[in-house]
Amino acid sequence: MSISNIPIPYYLALSAVLFTIGMVGVLTRRNVIVVFMCIELMLNSVNLTLVAFSAFHGNTTGQILVFFVMAVAAAEASVGLAIIITLFRNSRTVNIDEFNIMKW
Amino acid sequence: MNNLIVYSVIFPLVGFLINGIFGKRLRSEKLSGLIGSGSVGLSFAAGVIIFIGMVQMPVENRSYAVTLFQWVVSGSFAVNAAYQVDQLSIIMMLVVTGVGFLIHVYAIGYMHGDSGFWRFFAYMNLFIFMMLNLILADNFLLMFLGWEGVGLCSYLLIGFWHDRKFDTGGYGKGEATTSDAAKKAFIVNRIGDFGFMVAMFLIFRLFGSLTFGDIFSRAPAIVNSGDSTITWITMLLFLGATGKSAQIPLFIWLPDAMAGPTPVSALIHAATMVTAGVYMVARCSILYALAPLSMDIIAVVGVITAFFAATMGLVQNDIKKVLAYSTISQLGYMFLGLGVGSFAAGIFHVMTHAFFKALLFLGAGAVIHALHDEQNIQNMGGLKRSLPITYKTFLIAALAIAGIPPLSGFFSKDEILWKAFSEGSAVFWLIGWVTAGLTAFYMFRLVSLTFEGDGRWPQDRHPHEAPKIMTVPLMVLALLSVIGGLIGIPHSLGGSNVFEQWLEPVFERAHGELIRGHGSSQMVEYILMALSVLAGVGGIIFARRVYLHTPGLSDKIGEKFQRIYRLLWNKYYVDEVYDFTVVSPIKNGSEKLLWKGFDVNVIDGLVNGTARLIAGTSSLMRKIQMGLVQNYAIIFVVGIIIIFAVLLTK
Repeated sequence: MSISNIPIPYYLALSAVLFTIGMVGVLTRRNVIVVFMCIELMLNSVNLTLVAFSAFHGNTTGQILVFFVMAVAAAEASVGLAIIITLFRNSRTVNIDEFNIMKW
Repeated sequence: MNNLIVYSVIFPLVGFLINGIFGKRLRSEKLSGLIGSGSVGLSFAAGVIIFIGMVQMPVENRSYAVTLFQWVVSGSFAVNAAYQVDQLSIIMMLVVTGVGFLIHVYAIGYMHGDSGFWRFFAYMNLFIFMMLNLILADNFLLMFLGWEGVGLCSYLLIGFWHDRKFDTGGYGKGEATTSDAAKKAFIVNRIGDFGFMVAMFLIFRLFGSLTFGDIFSRAPAIVNSGDSTITWITMLLFLGATGKSAQIPLFIWLPDAMAGPTPVSALIHAATMVTAGVYMVARCSILYALAPLSMDIIAVVGVITAFFAATMGLVQNDIKKVLAYSTISQLGYMFLGLGVGSFAAGIFHVMTHAFFKALLFLGAGAVIHALHDEQNIQNMGGLKRSLPITYKTFLIAALAIAGIPPLSGFFSKDEILWKAFSEGSAVFWLIGWVTAGLTAFYMFRLVSLTFEGDGRWPQDRHPHEAPKIMTVPLMVLALLSVIGGLIGIPHSLGGSNVFEQWLEPVFERAHGELIRGHGSSQMVEYILMALSVLAGVGGIIFARRVYLHTPGLSDKIGEKFQRIYRLLWNKYYVDEVYDFTVVSPIKNGSEKLLWKGFDVNVIDGLVNGTARLIAGTSSLMRKIQMGLVQNYAIIFVVGIIIIFAVLLTK
């Protein structure tokens, strides 16, 4: 593995920006599927951070953790989408504001 | 013998319980009436036995106490339920149960057909029980129990026909019902009771006990005559007496109390309850003797009440109201007698007054019944032909109250007037004398308009004499009105005034303290006696002339002195004044200030405001949990940022 010419802070900055965009998306977007896409985006930004550190320290621990994160992300995405589909079948909408019965 | 007095008090209580609990189920007028009047009759019999025993005893033994049980023991305050049997209480007891028995028998006939017959006799028996407790009590607390109890029974009995409309004679908004009259009686009485209670507190503070024996034996030693404490005590007790015995300023309830059935008026508001105040003052004679200012005030209030009540009775058209004002006036005489220091004379008048006033009321009841509930004397007349027995007994009572010798009223009233002159002042005598003339006048106005002349009632009515059960008590009372005075014939007329001698041991302590008046010669006494008879006879003749021989004269006089007539007819506007100064301010203050102002705005405002505050806060707080998942996520993020900030700044 060769160390890239781009210094690591740039990778980290990109990762942070992606994470922030993802977080803001999760908090503000109305469409449930877009929220899930943003969650995936957050997970992938973390992956990028892990890989960057792994490359710059020559340690493969980070890359192995990336595998775990990807596997978990996949499982969680599938379960989440299954839930969305059930919700859609019951309420015919994917507007996250419509699902507000988890209160008193 | 000792326990007999207890039985005499228990009999009416038992009668009350039987009639009260089982009366409705018994469904028998005969049985309820028998129990009701029988219990009082047994009480009277017991009283007679005790009296005969007492007469045979030497004077020192005549006064004794019978303790029933220990009632209140609290620290240094101890009161027993005990009865004091002595010359004074046995006399009162005989009057109450004797006259009470006759009235109960009469009421069996009068209340015939009433659906509340059993309830009536239950209340009447309860009243007799309470009155006996009042009279026989040997301490202030038990007397107060009886005092309140008779006030309660008065309320229950005045409002006996509780939804009947009642003519208040002008004042007040709209029509009043009998329950309004009952409430008035009870509430006005309560004002007097306040005085009685405060007096009891002061007495306990001064003497350390509420028992008559303790207080009266130590009073001359402990109290200096004219002390402010004893004056306050006696004045407050007298305030209670003005409430119960309808003197100025608390007499206003008695005319309205006529809303009750006539036997009630006869028993409670003529013969017994209203004399409770007189009895109480007589019982506390030593206390009053030690407070000369109070005695003067009592005499003044008594004589002024007597005069003003007599003037009000001159123009009333309701037969019972005339008798009510007459009662107030005669009670004023009794207080005049007490106030000038002759307690025996006051009690003597209590006794004779019970006889003839009860007779007058029962006779009025017979008239009202015969004319099917007509009470306006302007609509009566000529009844002496239809109701001969009622007429004759009523006439005897009227002569007695007018003070015609040798009927009982002459002796008792004359003794009061004589003592008022010799022990009090000539002014007392003068006002009392004028009142005596007025008394004779209005009584014979009543007799003339009711019984004499031509009938002014619709000719299709056929009034008939009451049944024997009603006329026999009338005749017995008439006999008593005639001979009742003979036990009090004064020395100047050759008698030995047995009555005064009998009561002397009870009052001798007080007489020892009193500064006796200047006295007067016997010649003056004879002159005054003759003047009294003159006033009585003059009043009778004048009344007959105005109302019988020259009809229309009274209307002409009324028109000529219109302002005075209206003043009297409206009872000097006393009720209106009280309404303006006391009743309306309290009512409006309570309604507008306390209820709508304070209770609704402040208290409800506080409670509702607290609720609104919490509701508002919670509606704000509720927005945290909208069920919107993204909001929850926002809070996560905020928390994370805060943690980061804390960690990074450490």
